[in-house]
Amino acid sequence: MKNRWEHVVGLFGLVLLLVGSWQGLFLAPPDRFMGDVMRIMYVHVPTAWSTLLVFTMVFFVAIGWLWRGTWGWDALQEAGIEVGVVLGCLLLCQGSIWARPTWGVWWDWDPRLTTTAVLVLAFGAILALRTFVDEPKRRATWTAVAAIIAYVDVPIVYFSVRWWRSLHQVQSSPSTVDGTMVTPLRINAFALLFLAIWFVVRRYRIARKRLDAEMTELEAA
Amino acid sequence: MKGKLWAIGAVAVAAAALGYIALGDLGENLVYYWSPTEMVAAKEKAIGATIRLGGLVEPGSLKPDGQTLNFRVTDGTTAVPVTTREVPPQMFREGIGVVVEGTVDDAGQFQSKRMMVKHDNEYRAPEGGAMPSDAAMFGTLEGE
Repeated sequence: MKNRWEHVVGLFGLVLLLVGSWQGLFLAPPDRFMGDVMRIMYVHVPTAWSTLLVFTMVFFVAIGWLWRGTWGWDALQEAGIEVGVVLGCLLLCQGSIWARPTWGVWWDWDPRLTTTAVLVLAFGAILALRTFVDEPKRRATWTAVAAIIAYVDVPIVYFSVRWWRSLHQVQSSPSTVDGTMVTPLRINAFALLFLAIWFVVRRYRIARKRLDAEMTELEAA
Repeated sequence: MKGKLWAIGAVAVAAAALGYIALGDLGENLVYYWSPTEMVAAKEKAIGATIRLGGLVEPGSLKPDGQTLNFRVTDGTTAVPVTTREVPPQMFREGIGVVVEGTVDDAGQFQSKRMMVKHDNEYRAPEGGAMPSDAAMFGTLEGE
């Protein structure tokens, strides 16, 4: 089991997710107005945090590639972007499921929702761009430059609810959430973080292997 | 060296874009909804076009008549009468924030075709066991 420390992290994340979700579903009280529907918050908010965190990692990793130019950085940015896009899609689905019974609509073009959709589309487009560039160095550089620019949307997503009028509520804080609801939320936040690390590392190893194979092929040609 | 230039260039472009969006008055031109005061001040510019109006459901103004739902949306200064045929979400009540999409006529009556209820960032346990029922909540999913 050499080099497989990430499985420990992932397993720990899964256990935390079970504990946090069990607390959120069965121990925490329902919301006074929303009832049981509000319990989706225990996955929605942690998913949002980990999505933004993963893209933040991608931003620094992209700079890392441009600065150092070693292949590990490229493999890591590919892994991060892919996991970020998957988390972002999950985030949009969860939000939509929560929105229908509370807001009354599945979707609306409010600033928070729109900027989040743009985020997922932008990084999804970068993944598409990667498949069209055959030359590894150029592919890595284009990805990094595009990822740094696309990252602009992350702070915009975060602050959208404060800067502009929106349907989505502003960020909660422990003072606006009952104590019994804060604990499962915190547990699930760490759960999603560990799961995201697990996925990114696993995906990094695949990207690394593919890059190595590509290099051998290029040398042989 | 070339890579470092790319890095500096990309970060500079990203920072400039963020600064422009954060500090520029983009919000002035791109509003998700109008407040009742802004809508009334816009006069004929607001009439006939599909717009969004946001505010609170004025307490005491809610009058359902079986077919339509009538209430006023207020920002504390101005109140606009709103009519809708839509089934309101379970969260809908007097005093709650709403965003209604539709048109306003010359008499100042707003016809809503799409109504959204805002909820704030507070999550609280119910007091005294008065819990909203799931049946009422999921009832809003029907009648589409």
